Amino acid sequence: MNETPNLNSFKTGPDEDGRFGIFGGRFVAETLMPLILDLQDEWNKAKTDPEFQAELKHLGAHYIGRPSPLYFAERLTAELGGAKIYFKREELNHTGSHKINNCIGQILLAKRMGKTRIIAETGAGQHGVASATVAARFGLPCVVYMGATDVERQAPNVFRMKLLGAEVKPVTAGSGTLKDAMNEALRDWVTNVDDTYYLIGTAAGPHPYPEMVRDFQAVIGTEARAQMLEAEGRLPDLVVAAVGGGSNAIGIFHPFLDDESVKIVGVEAGGKGLEGDEHCASITAGSPGVLHGNRTYLLQDSDGQIKEGHSISAGLDYPGIGPEHSWLADIGRVEYVPIMDHEALEAFQTLTRLEGIIPALEPSHAIAEVIKRAPKMRKDEIILMNLSGRGDKDIFTVGKLLGMGL
Amino acid sequence: MTARMDKRFADLAAEGRPALVTYFMAGDPDFETSLAIMKALPSAGSDIIELGMPFSDPMADGPAIQLAGQRALKGGQTLVKTLEIARRFRADDQDTPIVLMGYYNPIYIHGVDRFLDDALEAGIDGLIVVDLPPEMDDELCIPALKKDINFIRLATPTTDDKRLPKVLENTSGFVYYVSMNGITGSALPDPALIGGAVQRIKGHTKLPVCVGFGVKTAEHARAIGASADGVVVGTAIVNQVASSLTEDGHSTGATVPGVETLVRGLAAGVRSAKLVAAE
Repeated sequence: MNETPNLNSFKTGPDEDGRFGIFGGRFVAETLMPLILDLQDEWNKAKTDPEFQAELKHLGAHYIGRPSPLYFAERLTAELGGAKIYFKREELNHTGSHKINNCIGQILLAKRMGKTRIIAETGAGQHGVASATVAARFGLPCVVYMGATDVERQAPNVFRMKLLGAEVKPVTAGSGTLKDAMNEALRDWVTNVDDTYYLIGTAAGPHPYPEMVRDFQAVIGTEARAQMLEAEGRLPDLVVAAVGGGSNAIGIFHPFLDDESVKIVGVEAGGKGLEGDEHCASITAGSPGVLHGNRTYLLQDSDGQIKEGHSISAGLDYPGIGPEHSWLADIGRVEYVPIMDHEALEAFQTLTRLEGIIPALEPSHAIAEVIKRAPKMRKDEIILMNLSGRGDKDIFTVGKLLGMGL
Repeated sequence: MTARMDKRFADLAAEGRPALVTYFMAGDPDFETSLAIMKALPSAGSDIIELGMPFSDPMADGPAIQLAGQRALKGGQTLVKTLEIARRFRADDQDTPIVLMGYYNPIYIHGVDRFLDDALEAGIDGLIVVDLPPEMDDELCIPALKKDINFIRLATPTTDDKRLPKVLENTSGFVYYVSMNGITGSALPDPALIGGAVQRIKGHTKLPVCVGFGVKTAEHARAIGASADGVVVGTAIVNQVASSLTEDGHSTGATVPGVETLVRGLAAGVRSAKLVAAE
């Protein structure tokens, strides 16, 4: 007999066509369809294969360093004088961000499928580094597409990828950021269908990527939920994460979706403000459209042309967002808010000085939102925030913005 | 309108030669020039016209068509203006089928029903929408067929015999066989391999099969035309437009005549394919 589905659950998506409500789907060229269907088959098998799960768990513990700690930010909490603030320390993972969780999972799939070449797109370079890392670990050649603008502003990560043996291909089309890198990776994939595995870095793209990446990242929320119960004996009142494509956010959100008492907030890049085009707040200021294989909220003009967007943080500089976030926004389960460049920059400095943690500019957006909300909450309330990456890669960008000589 | 396409292929079959299908980008480098190019195509020997709809993120296109789209968008081209080009062309030419080719998002944003009504009114006969595989047929394919607009699907080397029936299921007008895995503008693969692939598709459908991706010269057109019902040329035309422009991207006196000369040569290629096939 079939189990009765829980109609009140927010965790049942996507459906078999990869849809979360009207969002998601498989909007790709015919050349890629057979590959995507193969991937879906393989993923369905791997999901329930104890051997695959055991290998994933083993590498998680011994290669990534899982579980990542849940850390009580005592001084930040005291400074803000409100809710207790906890960080899920994903920046302590091998390679310095949550991106590795997904890369380990996908490279194991690529091996299962007999693929011999890895391609990836990257914005901030964190996913590129994580991809290059797992490719080195499993002995596969790796090509990383990266917007030319990002190559310039994330030079340390470019160097790391090269050291790891990856080929970094700068993309000059468009504005030379993550969107253009993804276009170019798709062009590579369509050309090299026989041997190539496309390791998408965020919970977006055609089905099954949004679901698969979410499931690989959900280890963040699953661990944090158990750690919080152990530390505080209860669930947090608020969960906060920064959203670009949205993989770190969906990873920490998903295990809490059915916990009614937990309020969830996703923080978008407000850039220089929502009035003009210099932001990446797809949900707050965009509209539904179709790009990169899925229907989701996009920054676009009235003719359906995709806009470039802007963020201080290369990792959030993307004019779309994962389809599950679009759905969670529409049904009202998750609230999405913008944080401006200057607010993120201030939060970056606050955390560095108060806790001795240099955060990446991406989670600095989430920190800025926590700094706004914590003082308005009671002292017995709890905030859980995903500290998704470390800021070593951003020190040159920040130094320049602050006028500091390096 | 599906009848215009069917009549064109029936007439060509009677003539015993393949169709020359020409692609160019609407609005490249500006509205008036691209309208002039379109008007010049039938007399230069084009049998079916694919009118490219520019999109900011053309994921299946090579550099030539990417740049053409960027020039068009920079020149202010929109979906509404692309339909206007078709409407003006149709006022003088009732016989040449027009197929709109591009990506889904501008259509989705325009509104599917409104788009189909506007397309019919502009004299459009078919649609090729690269990022709508059969799995997404409810989006546009089924509504288009209901309104008597052809939905032309791409079949590729990765479309195996198992998948082919699904790809062909709701296809109408013709089947566009993409001769290689890759983006537009790559090198042409071995014509003998293409011939085999066309035969494989014809085993599954009565629709005409046209072949594109990589056809650049009259000789290519002749070789491909020997085994297919039509030959699609796109990148070569777009490159011809690009090479005629001034440094800052404006059209010159050579833009339209350059395309005419190229298409005349390609047309001679497909017409000689008839002789080869008849031998």
